[in-house]
Amino acid sequence: MKDIIIIGGGVIGCGIARELARYQADITVLERGNDVSVGTSKANSGIVHGGYDAKPDTLKAKYNVAGNAMFDELSRELDFPFRRNGSMVLCFDEKQIDGLTELLNRGLKNGVKDMYIVKGNAEVKKLEPYVSDNVVAALVVPTGGIVSPYEMTVAYAENAAVNGVEFRFLSEVTSVKKDKDGFTVTCADGYTERAKIVINAAGVYADVINNMVCKRKLNIVARKGDYVLMDKTCGYLADHTMFQLPTKMGKGVLVTPTTHGNILVGPTATDVDDKDDVNTTADELNEAFAKASLTVPSLARRNIITQFSGLRAHLDLDDFVVGESEVQGFYNVAGIESPGLSAAPAIAVDVALNVANKLGLKQKPHFEAKRKGIPQFSKLSNTEREKLIDQNPLYGKIVCRCEVVTEGEIVDSIRRPVGAKDLDGVKRRTRAGMGRCQAGFCTPRIMEIIARELGLDMADVTKRGGESNVVVGKTK
Amino acid sequence: MRNINLVIVGGGPAGLAAAKAAYDAGERDILILEREAELGGILNQCIHNGFGLHTFKEELTGPEYAARYITEVINRNICYKLNATVIDVSNSKVVTYVSAEDGLVQLQAKAIILACGCRERPRGAINIAGMRGAGVFSAGTAQKLVNIDGYLPGKEVVILGSGDIGLIMARRMTFEGAHVSAVVELMPYSSGLNRNIVQCLNDFDIPLYFSHTVVDIKGKDRVEGVVIAQVDEKLQPIKSTERLIPCDTLLLSVGLLPENELAKNAEVQLSNTTGGAVVDENLMTNVDGVFECGNVLHVHDLVDFVSAESENAGKCAVDYINGIAPCRDKTVISCTNGVRYCVPTVLNRDEHYAPQSFKMRVANVFKKVELAVLADGVKIYGRKRPVVAPGEMENITLTAEQMQTLKQAKTVEITLIKGEVK
Repeated sequence: MKDIIIIGGGVIGCGIARELARYQADITVLERGNDVSVGTSKANSGIVHGGYDAKPDTLKAKYNVAGNAMFDELSRELDFPFRRNGSMVLCFDEKQIDGLTELLNRGLKNGVKDMYIVKGNAEVKKLEPYVSDNVVAALVVPTGGIVSPYEMTVAYAENAAVNGVEFRFLSEVTSVKKDKDGFTVTCADGYTERAKIVINAAGVYADVINNMVCKRKLNIVARKGDYVLMDKTCGYLADHTMFQLPTKMGKGVLVTPTTHGNILVGPTATDVDDKDDVNTTADELNEAFAKASLTVPSLARRNIITQFSGLRAHLDLDDFVVGESEVQGFYNVAGIESPGLSAAPAIAVDVALNVANKLGLKQKPHFEAKRKGIPQFSKLSNTEREKLIDQNPLYGKIVCRCEVVTEGEIVDSIRRPVGAKDLDGVKRRTRAGMGRCQAGFCTPRIMEIIARELGLDMADVTKRGGESNVVVGKTK
Repeated sequence: MRNINLVIVGGGPAGLAAAKAAYDAGERDILILEREAELGGILNQCIHNGFGLHTFKEELTGPEYAARYITEVINRNICYKLNATVIDVSNSKVVTYVSAEDGLVQLQAKAIILACGCRERPRGAINIAGMRGAGVFSAGTAQKLVNIDGYLPGKEVVILGSGDIGLIMARRMTFEGAHVSAVVELMPYSSGLNRNIVQCLNDFDIPLYFSHTVVDIKGKDRVEGVVIAQVDEKLQPIKSTERLIPCDTLLLSVGLLPENELAKNAEVQLSNTTGGAVVDENLMTNVDGVFECGNVLHVHDLVDFVSAESENAGKCAVDYINGIAPCRDKTVISCTNGVRYCVPTVLNRDEHYAPQSFKMRVANVFKKVELAVLADGVKIYGRKRPVVAPGEMENITLTAEQMQTLKQAKTVEITLIKGEVK
């Protein structure tokens, strides 16, 4: 019998796993995909919100502000990309400046520090030179930040694994049954395991898992958002994360730099019935781009390198559900939509502490809190590069030319704990294939490396698990 | 840091021809840096024939064409490095490359020829909505998988774009037992060579739909179908014409983009029209001693023209190394009335009058036109053409006398006379 089963390998599940790994406990993470960070955690804005937006006294407000404050140390400890670039909320109408004051006051109530309002287009342009002439004022939130959400999730997972947490993939949970001393969890592939504690961190499926056990039902709607990613060559167009003040016309979209120097615009918001529906539509992409152009008019379509969409787990209660449910030992972490990523570190610590107390867990004597990421060739100095190639010549073989990713990095991403198994897994960990040619040149090379490292046939290499094989077989 | 006279970035057709010509002009201190494991560049995966009609007066396959130039380079003992990727070229002509063998190396060059080719425009750049499973390839990636690696990307294929690689791949996939159900082209004309439409589509009964595009991609893990639609004159899809074509593979042949990231590092001025550098008739960029040739300069449709252009770049680079001072006084060639661009982009107002070739593309299909060169508004060259199309590069050569007139003129214009749109 396990001490703890965590259902879901997203940022929440992996975060909780890592914080629980501090304790002497037998922990398994069950993930239905073939990798961590394959649902909501891989496709979102990558924003660490200041915390002015959530209604005061909600869990969203509490965890957002607490989580935000943890990012500097956490990103250093686990070595994932994070930058406190500051957020801005832009106002395009003199009559609506009160809206900014309202946000500022809400932020103060939530405990957000250092916010201020700048008035006049010229003043806003001092902070963001490429912003539209129509911006009349802005709320500036210096504590706002940006993070690479999938790299953060991978970092959490690797560190959890190093500290003894077991990860089991392709494990879609089909039933959770309560009995007198714990739970029996069954997966679609027949795997069955018992555990004293079950933590439901199943993202858009958290309602399904909850409803297997609890009388109090949850209902999660998958809310789809389309994004447009721009080339690094236009990265200079935004430094802050720029939101638009919501108007009667709608919520607007954000324009933000990413931690890797691209520009990201979006998201749209469409409720979808299918919880796996990450289809992008032409209308939504046009909408996202058109709205973003209101913020930064010089964004050019020719600099678009890709589009994607992600799902947010919207709970009709309009707040997070975090903690032990009415069923003893069954914990929910559900409805983690925005600002869920910002809140994740605080939620993880809180839930872990709660569960540890419940089970009376002892701290491990040798918890390894630090994780060193894959050396990023493109970010190193020439001296460091020379040294690295000297140690491992694979770092002298550049595979992805656009993002300057070496074979050394790709091999490392596969061999690590909770390593990459497919093209998308390599991409999330190393950025190989994420650049302007979108994997045109490097796909065959990365396939070869994956096949070699994992002992697969080329025809068995997938884009992202399942039936997503890249090629159908040998030629005649 | 090692000093070297000439570094050539890229060992494809452009780099090889430039190296050969530089050697023949007397230069011996040459290094070709090639990122792949073999010389030859993209020609190595172009196993179809049709190369070399202009250069060698015979039909060769891509690897055969490459082999001829590789032999020339090897016979001259020109140095080259394989598996060596250039990661930086500075404005002061320091070239930084890495390889597993040499580690990280910096070279101070007297002259640099950028011959690093182009890349394919990916799905993201043309905003095709839909699912993002496996099965969407740029045509060149599919070509590498089939011809070099020996793997078949899919069995039921739709191709978007009628660029040459797309057309070639329609035939290639058919040979490998796949079924190509359609080639879909946004424009009312093809951007590929007419001979490829005949030999790769018509001969295999593969339908080509002009004024159509792909508006949606179906299938979660792997492509299960694409929705195509006709477009109106503003190139917007017409909803009522949408139809689903079941397939497991979508190949994209929607344009090539010169790969000028290194040029940008070196502060080379780029043209918005070609995506390549702004060059004079010596193929020198605004940075003294930095030259461009081949597909990094502008996308060619025939490798024969790449070779000729690059030989010129090699020769001019040696002139520069030997101390012939660059001319500072330049005339910008203006392209008007349907001429989209011309290479060279600028002319030196010097007294060097030699026969010179000009390569250009038009912006649309025009019939019964005269391609004309004007010096101070006066026609000094004209060539009647029954039809010109964006997919076929126009190549004209002026005599030394005509170049003298041109170089002494205040304005130089290349234009289409009596152009009527099809």
